[in-house]
Amino acid sequence: MTTHDAPVHDRPTLDGSALAGLLSEVYAFDATLAVVRCASCGHTDVFARATVYLTAMGAVVRCATCTAVLLVVVERPDGPRVSASGAAWVQAPGG
Amino acid sequence: MSWHVATVVGARPLTGTARALTLSAPGFAGALPGQHVDLRLTAPDGYQATRAYSLARAGHDERVDLVVDEVPGGEVSPYLVHDARPGDQLEIRGPLGGYFVWHDDDPAPVLLVAGGSGVVPFLAMLRARRSAGQQPGRHAPFRLVCSVRAPGDAIEREEIDAPDPGLQARWVYTRQAPPGWPTPPGRITTADLTAPGFGPDDGTSVFVCGPTGFVEAAAGLLTGLGHPPGRVRTERFGGA
Repeated sequence: MTTHDAPVHDRPTLDGSALAGLLSEVYAFDATLAVVRCASCGHTDVFARATVYLTAMGAVVRCATCTAVLLVVVERPDGPRVSASGAAWVQAPGG
Repeated sequence: MSWHVATVVGARPLTGTARALTLSAPGFAGALPGQHVDLRLTAPDGYQATRAYSLARAGHDERVDLVVDEVPGGEVSPYLVHDARPGDQLEIRGPLGGYFVWHDDDPAPVLLVAGGSGVVPFLAMLRARRSAGQQPGRHAPFRLVCSVRAPGDAIEREEIDAPDPGLQARWVYTRQAPPGWPTPPGRITTADLTAPGFGPDDGTSVFVCGPTGFVEAAAGLLTGLGHPPGRVRTERFGGA
Protein backbone atom coordinates (compact mmCIF):
# COMPACT_ATOMS: atom_id res chain seq x y z
CA MET A 1 0.00 0.00 0.00
CA THR A 2 1.22 3.44 -0.59
CA THR A 3 -1.45 5.88 0.40
CA HIS A 4 -5.07 6.84 0.18
CA ASP A 5 -4.44 10.53 0.64
CA ALA A 6 -7.66 11.88 -0.80
CA PRO A 7 -10.88 13.34 0.55
CA VAL A 8 -12.96 10.72 2.27
CA HIS A 9 -15.76 10.67 -0.28
CA ASP A 10 -13.28 10.15 -3.12
CA ARG A 11 -11.51 7.22 -1.61
CA PRO A 12 -11.85 3.98 -3.52
CA THR A 13 -11.88 0.46 -2.23
CA LEU A 14 -9.05 -0.77 -0.06
CA ASP A 15 -8.05 -4.18 1.28
CA GLY A 16 -8.42 -5.33 4.87
CA SER A 17 -4.67 -4.83 5.31
CA ALA A 18 -5.23 -1.08 5.30
CA LEU A 19 -6.87 -1.30 8.74
CA ALA A 20 -3.98 -3.15 10.37
CA GLY A 21 -2.91 -0.14 12.43
CA LEU A 22 -6.37 0.89 13.54
CA LEU A 23 -7.32 -2.65 14.54
CA SER A 24 -4.08 -3.04 16.48
CA GLU A 25 -5.68 -0.69 18.99
CA VAL A 26 -8.47 -3.21 19.53
CA TYR A 27 -6.96 -6.67 19.02
CA ALA A 28 -3.74 -8.02 20.52
CA PHE A 29 -3.04 -10.13 17.40
CA ASP A 30 -2.51 -9.08 13.78
CA ALA A 31 -6.17 -8.76 12.85
CA THR A 32 -5.40 -8.80 9.11
CA LEU A 33 -4.37 -12.47 9.45
CA ALA A 34 -7.40 -13.39 11.55
CA VAL A 35 -9.98 -15.59 9.84
CA VAL A 36 -13.49 -14.17 9.54
CA ARG A 37 -16.66 -16.06 8.63
CA CYS A 38 -19.36 -14.04 6.91
CA ALA A 39 -22.69 -14.41 8.73
CA SER A 40 -24.57 -13.89 5.46
CA CYS A 41 -22.97 -16.27 2.98
CA GLY A 42 -20.55 -18.31 5.06
CA HIS A 43 -17.48 -17.25 3.09
CA THR A 44 -14.47 -17.76 5.34
CA ASP A 45 -11.15 -16.03 4.69
CA VAL A 46 -8.47 -13.88 6.28
CA PHE A 47 -9.49 -10.35 7.10
CA ALA A 48 -6.77 -8.98 4.77
CA ARG A 49 -8.79 -10.19 1.77
CA ALA A 50 -11.99 -8.43 2.76
CA THR A 51 -13.00 -5.20 1.05
CA VAL A 52 -12.74 -1.91 2.93
CA TYR A 53 -14.58 1.33 2.23
CA LEU A 54 -13.55 4.42 4.17
CA THR A 55 -16.56 6.59 4.90
CA ALA A 56 -17.12 9.70 6.95
CA MET A 57 -18.44 7.61 9.82
CA GLY A 58 -15.65 5.06 9.78
CA ALA A 59 -14.33 2.05 7.94
CA VAL A 60 -16.86 -0.39 6.53
CA VAL A 61 -15.50 -3.89 5.91
CA ARG A 62 -17.44 -6.02 3.46
CA CYS A 63 -17.32 -9.70 2.50
CA ALA A 64 -15.31 -10.08 -0.72
CA THR A 65 -17.80 -12.67 -1.97
CA CYS A 66 -21.31 -11.38 -1.15
CA THR A 67 -20.49 -7.74 -0.14
CA ALA A 68 -22.44 -8.02 3.14
CA VAL A 69 -21.04 -5.84 5.91
CA LEU A 70 -18.72 -7.85 8.17
CA LEU A 71 -17.39 -5.14 10.46
CA VAL A 72 -17.66 -1.43 11.00
CA VAL A 73 -14.79 0.36 12.72
CA VAL A 74 -15.51 3.79 14.15
CA GLU A 75 -12.76 6.00 15.54
CA ARG A 76 -13.72 7.72 18.76
CA PRO A 77 -11.79 9.99 21.10
CA ASP A 78 -11.54 7.12 23.59
CA GLY A 79 -10.31 4.67 20.93
CA PRO A 80 -11.72 2.77 17.98
CA ARG A 81 -14.91 0.76 18.41
CA VAL A 82 -15.62 -2.35 16.32
CA SER A 83 -19.06 -3.59 15.46
CA ALA A 84 -18.72 -7.17 14.21
CA SER A 85 -22.39 -8.07 13.86
CA GLY A 86 -21.87 -9.33 10.28
CA ALA A 87 -19.21 -11.83 11.32
CA ALA A 88 -20.35 -15.28 12.42
CA TRP A 89 -16.99 -15.68 14.13
CA VAL A 90 -13.42 -14.43 14.15
CA GLN A 91 -10.44 -16.69 14.76
CA ALA A 92 -7.04 -15.36 15.84
CA PRO A 93 -4.10 -16.08 13.48
CA GLY A 94 -2.48 -19.46 13.92
CA GLY A 95 -5.48 -20.73 15.88
CA MET B 1 0.47 -0.94 18.80
CA SER B 2 1.88 2.36 20.00
CA TRP B 3 3.03 5.41 18.08
CA HIS B 4 6.73 6.22 17.76
CA VAL B 5 8.12 9.67 17.27
CA ALA B 6 10.17 9.65 14.07
CA THR B 7 12.57 12.26 12.74
CA VAL B 8 13.20 12.96 9.08
CA VAL B 9 16.90 12.30 8.41
CA GLY B 10 16.98 12.15 4.61
CA ALA B 11 14.97 13.09 1.52
CA ARG B 12 15.68 12.38 -2.14
CA PRO B 13 13.52 13.22 -5.17
CA LEU B 14 12.78 10.20 -7.37
CA THR B 15 10.35 11.47 -10.01
CA GLY B 16 8.37 14.65 -10.61
CA THR B 17 5.88 13.59 -7.94
CA ALA B 18 7.63 10.98 -5.79
CA ARG B 19 10.21 11.37 -3.08
CA ALA B 20 12.19 8.94 -0.93
CA LEU B 21 12.12 9.77 2.77
CA THR B 22 14.26 8.24 5.49
CA LEU B 23 13.16 8.52 9.10
CA SER B 24 14.96 7.73 12.30
CA ALA B 25 12.47 5.97 14.57
CA PRO B 26 13.75 4.75 17.95
CA GLY B 27 11.85 1.65 19.04
CA PHE B 28 10.79 0.67 15.52
CA ALA B 29 11.96 -2.87 14.68
CA GLY B 30 11.26 -6.14 12.95
CA ALA B 31 9.71 -5.05 9.64
CA LEU B 32 9.18 -7.71 6.97
CA PRO B 33 9.27 -6.99 3.20
CA GLY B 34 5.81 -5.84 2.08
CA GLN B 35 4.68 -4.42 5.42
CA HIS B 36 3.51 -0.85 5.92
CA VAL B 37 3.36 1.82 8.57
CA ASP B 38 0.71 4.29 9.57
CA LEU B 39 2.08 7.82 9.50
CA ARG B 40 0.41 10.56 11.55
CA LEU B 41 0.78 14.31 11.27
CA THR B 42 -0.54 16.69 13.89
CA ALA B 43 -1.33 20.31 13.04
CA PRO B 44 -0.69 23.12 15.55
CA ASP B 45 -4.44 23.19 16.31
CA GLY B 46 -4.41 19.48 17.19
CA TYR B 47 -5.97 18.23 13.96
CA GLN B 48 -4.53 14.85 13.03
CA ALA B 49 -4.29 13.05 9.72
CA THR B 50 -3.17 9.42 9.39
CA ARG B 51 -2.16 7.64 6.20
CA ALA B 52 -0.65 4.24 5.44
CA TYR B 53 2.64 3.96 3.55
CA SER B 54 4.48 0.86 2.42
CA LEU B 55 8.03 0.40 3.63
CA ALA B 56 10.58 0.58 0.81
CA ARG B 57 13.08 -1.37 2.88
CA ALA B 58 12.62 -3.97 5.60
CA GLY B 59 14.93 -5.11 8.32
CA HIS B 60 16.60 -1.80 9.12
CA ASP B 61 15.66 -1.42 12.76
CA GLU B 62 15.00 2.11 14.01
CA ARG B 63 15.17 3.35 10.43
CA VAL B 64 12.17 3.75 8.16
CA ASP B 65 12.52 4.11 4.39
CA LEU B 66 9.43 5.32 2.54
CA VAL B 67 8.64 6.44 -0.98
CA VAL B 68 5.78 8.91 -1.09
CA ASP B 69 3.98 9.81 -4.31
CA GLU B 70 2.06 13.04 -4.21
CA VAL B 71 -1.72 12.92 -4.37
CA PRO B 72 -2.79 16.41 -5.51
CA GLY B 73 -5.03 17.98 -2.92
CA GLY B 74 -4.10 15.38 -0.31
CA GLU B 75 -3.69 16.25 3.35
CA VAL B 76 -0.45 14.40 3.99
CA SER B 77 1.47 13.52 0.82
CA PRO B 78 2.11 17.10 -0.46
CA TYR B 79 3.79 17.90 2.86
CA LEU B 80 5.92 14.77 2.71
CA VAL B 81 6.92 15.31 -0.94
CA HIS B 82 7.56 19.06 -0.88
CA ASP B 83 7.93 20.39 2.65
CA ALA B 84 9.34 17.80 5.06
CA ARG B 85 12.93 18.66 5.99
CA PRO B 86 15.60 16.83 7.98
CA GLY B 87 14.84 17.42 11.64
CA ASP B 88 11.07 17.50 11.18
CA GLN B 89 9.19 15.17 13.49
CA LEU B 90 6.11 13.06 12.88
CA GLU B 91 4.67 9.85 14.27
CA ILE B 92 4.61 6.32 12.91
CA ARG B 93 2.98 3.08 14.00
CA GLY B 94 4.13 -0.31 12.78
CA PRO B 95 5.36 -2.43 11.17
CA LEU B 96 1.84 -3.45 10.15
CA GLY B 97 0.14 -6.22 8.18
CA GLY B 98 1.31 -9.82 7.92
CA TYR B 99 -0.56 -10.71 4.74
CA PHE B 100 1.17 -8.82 1.92
CA VAL B 101 4.59 -10.15 2.95
CA TRP B 102 7.38 -12.07 1.25
CA HIS B 103 9.51 -14.26 3.51
CA ASP B 104 13.17 -14.73 2.58
CA ASP B 105 13.09 -18.41 3.50
CA ASP B 106 10.60 -19.10 0.69
CA PRO B 107 12.25 -20.40 -2.51
CA ALA B 108 9.03 -20.34 -4.59
CA PRO B 109 8.91 -18.16 -7.72
CA VAL B 110 7.48 -14.69 -7.13
CA LEU B 111 5.55 -12.59 -9.63
CA LEU B 112 5.25 -8.93 -8.61
CA VAL B 113 2.86 -6.65 -10.48
CA ALA B 114 3.04 -2.92 -9.74
CA GLY B 115 0.96 0.02 -10.89
CA GLY B 116 2.74 3.35 -10.37
CA SER B 117 3.99 3.78 -6.82
CA GLY B 118 2.61 0.33 -6.08
CA VAL B 119 6.21 -0.71 -6.71
CA VAL B 120 7.27 0.49 -3.25
CA PRO B 121 6.57 -2.71 -1.26
CA PHE B 122 8.29 -4.63 -4.07
CA LEU B 123 11.43 -2.54 -3.61
CA ALA B 124 11.47 -3.85 -0.05
CA MET B 125 11.12 -7.41 -1.37
CA LEU B 126 13.89 -6.99 -3.99
CA ARG B 127 16.18 -5.47 -1.39
CA ALA B 128 15.40 -8.27 1.08
CA ARG B 129 16.10 -10.87 -1.59
CA ARG B 130 19.48 -9.27 -2.40
CA SER B 131 20.46 -9.31 1.25
CA ALA B 132 19.04 -12.76 2.05
CA GLY B 133 22.52 -14.31 2.34
CA GLN B 134 22.19 -18.08 2.73
CA GLN B 135 18.38 -18.03 3.01
CA PRO B 136 16.55 -20.07 0.31
CA GLY B 137 14.80 -16.91 -0.86
CA ARG B 138 18.11 -15.52 -2.17
CA HIS B 139 17.64 -17.77 -5.18
CA ALA B 140 13.86 -17.45 -5.55
CA PRO B 141 13.05 -16.49 -9.15
CA PHE B 142 11.55 -12.98 -9.19
CA ARG B 143 9.68 -11.31 -12.03
CA LEU B 144 8.67 -7.70 -11.52
CA VAL B 145 6.21 -6.08 -13.91
CA CYS B 146 5.99 -2.31 -13.48
CA SER B 147 3.25 -0.32 -15.17
CA VAL B 148 3.90 3.44 -15.37
CA ARG B 149 2.40 6.25 -17.42
CA ALA B 150 5.67 7.51 -18.90
CA PRO B 151 9.41 6.92 -18.48
CA GLY B 152 9.69 9.86 -16.08
CA ASP B 153 7.26 8.19 -13.68
CA ALA B 154 9.44 5.13 -13.12
CA ILE B 155 10.53 4.87 -9.47
CA GLU B 156 14.05 3.51 -8.81
CA ARG B 157 14.34 2.18 -12.35
CA GLU B 158 18.12 1.98 -12.24
CA GLU B 159 18.04 -0.24 -9.18
CA ILE B 160 15.25 -2.41 -10.55
CA ASP B 161 17.04 -2.90 -13.89
CA ALA B 162 20.43 -3.64 -12.32
CA PRO B 163 21.51 -7.16 -13.31
CA ASP B 164 20.72 -9.69 -10.59
CA PRO B 165 20.64 -13.45 -11.32
CA GLY B 166 17.11 -14.80 -11.16
CA LEU B 167 15.47 -11.38 -11.29
CA GLN B 168 13.68 -10.16 -14.41
CA ALA B 169 12.02 -6.78 -14.74
CA ARG B 170 9.50 -5.74 -17.37
CA TRP B 171 8.27 -2.19 -17.88
CA VAL B 172 4.85 -1.36 -19.27
CA TYR B 173 4.15 2.21 -20.42
CA THR B 174 0.51 3.19 -20.54
CA ARG B 175 0.69 6.69 -22.08
CA GLN B 176 4.17 7.35 -23.43
CA ALA B 177 6.96 4.87 -24.12
CA PRO B 178 10.69 5.68 -24.42
CA PRO B 179 11.99 6.31 -27.96
CA GLY B 180 12.45 3.06 -29.85
CA TRP B 181 10.44 1.00 -27.36
CA PRO B 182 9.26 -2.17 -29.15
CA THR B 183 5.59 -1.88 -28.26
CA PRO B 184 3.18 1.08 -28.33
CA PRO B 185 1.92 2.46 -25.00
CA GLY B 186 -0.94 0.47 -23.53
CA ARG B 187 -2.29 -1.21 -20.48
CA ILE B 188 -0.87 -4.33 -18.96
CA THR B 189 -1.79 -7.54 -20.78
CA THR B 190 -1.61 -11.26 -20.14
CA ALA B 191 1.58 -11.32 -22.23
CA ASP B 192 3.27 -9.13 -19.62
CA LEU B 193 2.17 -11.49 -16.86
CA THR B 194 3.19 -14.71 -18.61
CA ALA B 195 6.74 -16.03 -18.45
CA PRO B 196 8.30 -19.48 -18.22
CA GLY B 197 8.70 -20.49 -14.58
CA PHE B 198 6.10 -18.03 -13.28
CA GLY B 199 2.89 -19.83 -14.20
CA PRO B 200 0.16 -21.26 -12.01
CA ASP B 201 1.77 -24.72 -12.19
CA ASP B 202 5.10 -23.43 -10.89
CA GLY B 203 3.78 -22.69 -7.40
CA THR B 204 4.18 -18.99 -8.06
CA SER B 205 3.36 -16.49 -5.33
CA VAL B 206 1.75 -13.44 -6.91
CA PHE B 207 1.63 -9.95 -5.39
CA VAL B 208 -0.26 -7.06 -6.99
CA CYS B 209 -0.07 -3.47 -5.69
CA GLY B 210 -1.37 -0.25 -7.17
CA PRO B 211 -4.45 1.91 -7.55
CA THR B 212 -7.74 0.09 -7.09
CA GLY B 213 -8.63 -0.08 -10.79
CA PHE B 214 -5.19 -1.35 -11.74
CA VAL B 215 -5.23 -4.02 -9.03
CA GLU B 216 -8.65 -5.29 -10.02
CA ALA B 217 -7.72 -5.45 -13.70
CA ALA B 218 -4.39 -7.19 -13.07
CA ALA B 219 -5.87 -9.64 -10.55
CA GLY B 220 -8.56 -10.50 -13.10
CA LEU B 221 -5.95 -11.23 -15.76
CA LEU B 222 -3.95 -13.37 -13.34
CA THR B 223 -6.86 -15.51 -12.20
CA GLY B 224 -7.87 -15.78 -15.86
CA LEU B 225 -4.41 -17.26 -16.53
CA GLY B 226 -5.19 -19.89 -13.91
CA HIS B 227 -3.45 -18.50 -10.84
CA PRO B 228 -5.49 -19.64 -7.82
CA PRO B 229 -7.15 -16.61 -6.18
CA GLY B 230 -5.62 -17.70 -2.86
CA ARG B 231 -2.12 -17.22 -4.27
CA VAL B 232 -2.79 -13.75 -5.69
CA ARG B 233 -2.28 -11.22 -2.90
CA THR B 234 -3.46 -7.69 -3.56
CA GLU B 235 -2.93 -4.34 -1.96
CA ARG B 236 -4.91 -1.38 -3.26
CA PHE B 237 -4.56 2.31 -2.68
CA GLY B 238 -6.40 5.41 -3.78
CA GLY B 239 -5.13 8.40 -5.66
CA ALA B 240 -5.49 6.77 -9.05
